[in-house]
Amino acid sequence: MPLILTDDQQMIRDSADGFFKDEAPVALHRQLRDSAEPNGFSRDVWAKMAEMGFAGVLVPEAHGGADMGHVAAGIIMEAMGKNLSAAPMLSTAVLGATALKAGTPEQQAKYLPLIAQGAHLLALAADEAARHKPNHVATTATPSGNGFKLNGVKGFVLDGAAADTLIVAARTSGETDDHAGITLFLVNPKADGVKIDRRHMVDNRGAARVTLSDVQVDGADVLGAVGEGHAILEKMLDAGRACLAAEMLGVSGTSFAMTVDYLKQREQFGQKIGSFQALQHRAAHLFCEIELARSATLKALQALDEGSDRAPMFVSLAKAKAGEVAILASNEGVQMHGGIGMTDAFDIGFFMKRARAAQETFGDAAFHSDRIARQLGY
Amino acid sequence: MADLDTFRAETRAWLEANCPPEMREPIRDDDDVCWGGRNCQFKNDAQRVWLERMGAKGWTVPEWPADYGGGGLSRAEAKVLSEEMRRIKARSPLSSFGIWMLGPALLKYGNEAQKKEHLPKIARGEIRWCQGYSEPGAGSDLASLRTSAEDKGDHYLVNGSKVWTSYADKADWIFCLVRTDPAAPKHLGISFLLFDMASPGVSTSPIKLISGSSPFCQTFFDNVKVPKENLMGTAGKGWDIAKYLLTHERDMIGGSDSTGGGQRDSVSNIAKRLIGLDAAILADTALRTDIARHEINALAFSLTMERVMAETKSGQGTGALSSMLKYYGTELNKERMQLLMSIRGSDGLVFDGEEKGDGDLARSWLRSRANSIEGGTSEVQLNIIAKRVLDLPGA
Repeated sequence: MPLILTDDQQMIRDSADGFFKDEAPVALHRQLRDSAEPNGFSRDVWAKMAEMGFAGVLVPEAHGGADMGHVAAGIIMEAMGKNLSAAPMLSTAVLGATALKAGTPEQQAKYLPLIAQGAHLLALAADEAARHKPNHVATTATPSGNGFKLNGVKGFVLDGAAADTLIVAARTSGETDDHAGITLFLVNPKADGVKIDRRHMVDNRGAARVTLSDVQVDGADVLGAVGEGHAILEKMLDAGRACLAAEMLGVSGTSFAMTVDYLKQREQFGQKIGSFQALQHRAAHLFCEIELARSATLKALQALDEGSDRAPMFVSLAKAKAGEVAILASNEGVQMHGGIGMTDAFDIGFFMKRARAAQETFGDAAFHSDRIARQLGY
Repeated sequence: MADLDTFRAETRAWLEANCPPEMREPIRDDDDVCWGGRNCQFKNDAQRVWLERMGAKGWTVPEWPADYGGGGLSRAEAKVLSEEMRRIKARSPLSSFGIWMLGPALLKYGNEAQKKEHLPKIARGEIRWCQGYSEPGAGSDLASLRTSAEDKGDHYLVNGSKVWTSYADKADWIFCLVRTDPAAPKHLGISFLLFDMASPGVSTSPIKLISGSSPFCQTFFDNVKVPKENLMGTAGKGWDIAKYLLTHERDMIGGSDSTGGGQRDSVSNIAKRLIGLDAAILADTALRTDIARHEINALAFSLTMERVMAETKSGQGTGALSSMLKYYGTELNKERMQLLMSIRGSDGLVFDGEEKGDGDLARSWLRSRANSIEGGTSEVQLNIIAKRVLDLPGA
């Protein structure tokens, strides 16, 4: 597959760019922050995203989805990154849909149409350690009745406070860091023993700490096979990581565009600061870095659509490169804006906050460098 | 398609019959590469025969028109020829600045007489060319060059000096930027001359580099008479040709030497061999981090080359990216060479003697430092991106 967007994908890009610019611009993000909206996103926007087919981008047509693939999901996430649009796209449309596609026919029939309609939100409750380590699962699932009893604490559950269903990774066997013995469960957040505490994060997205105390789940709520949840979890995470790379590409793109504009307007020492070579070279270098991040991200999304064996390697490449570049782009953005870049009234700081949070989500550049090295055998 | 299949069969048969077995061996030394020219010292008969046979068919320059000594092949046929050569591991019969640089410019800017005169000799490897661009006082600021060509009616009188002229001491002719109008603004007074290095008044002096080799010369012109018909293009418009050739050169340097993947072994594979693994992890964990970071950039860069080519092919091209590829590619190649030096440790420092080992690493490392200087420095590439892509003021 050539490393470019198809005609259809270019059309999706144009419509996603237009949609988020009109319906969920940075101004909306600021408004949600100022009004202390508890979930950090607008339900209205999410409903419109469902109408556009975005919520069902990875849902098969048989279940009412648009089934447009990972490249399309990434295109939508990039447009969201450009505008700092908050929505349960990652938690529900990407992670949720990927998880449920591994479910039983009954689970698929129950959840996938609701995901595509934007009528049901999911949240992944996997990470326990502050630094991402998906096989680190101390939360236990012990046999009880016709199902299991869950106990443990999940520290960083995106959209956890808004979710209608939690996807919980718990250990049915093995030691805390083993890959084997992890099982995924579909858990009702309103069930007895589930406690959800909103955590107020720097990027204003809805994250929660989820505490599970003797939560009883039914055997029918196991997702995939008992003890074999790690493979599904990795699949979910890889889809999420590639889409986060795309979102960070959007964050980098707008940070860079704002910065180059500012270099052309701001005058000091009697001339435009963009005429100073010290700043020109940094901007030109950043341009190159963003181009590299774009290539890596598109390759990862295509590899996921192809079901390639090398998809995990390309996903880590994209997440590492796009993450590093988003940090660079937003840091340079603030620095080149000077004092005004440090003010809350100006938007560039929002991009730096989102870049940092997206970089930490599901493994930062260091995590993914290590993962690439392992995949390449060293 | 049937035509192409026939062409492939014929090409395969011809190569089998005409490519000497010695020319199917890997290149080991500098003198395994044939540069042609009046004073060419062929290493052996096979090298000479291979050049003569390929030159006679025009297959040293498959896509040039047959009228000018080329093969007259279509793009698709040229691809078949290159595939068939690779299949039998045939060496390139000729390395030549005439083919890589002057030829494309001659086809675009030369007049009919110049094309007829020079292109066939380039194709057959009879004349070896060198490039007279940089001067002692004109490096990154190339357009400030001062070598003068004074109009003397039927000829130009050339005076001045060029530097970094690759293989000038071995070349037969030079394509040379000269100033024909000292009064004009600096980009407008430049012309593009072709002349014989055997002309009275031309002398060369090799420059020894930090790697110990001397591929470059300083070249001096002392009242060299150049016939008027050796002016290529229009007087005063030489800078347009210079820019065309620089872009061409940039693509070659950025593209050929510095891709992360390709045929070259990856840094991590070399590290695995030399350092070894400990519980499936490279035994030197600090170096492992640096290597992984480099390989991420190398992989993302080669994907970018792939994407730029796909965009160009599909007409989605963003253009003006040759500076990006040159800048990033050469910086990556330098980083690669530094990592290879780190991986080899003190063994990599050996410069001479029996234990020099595979590949002359220290010399290759030193050579790589020039990547971001030649063909426009990294800083000049960043200037070009700032001006042409980002449209920043006053750049």
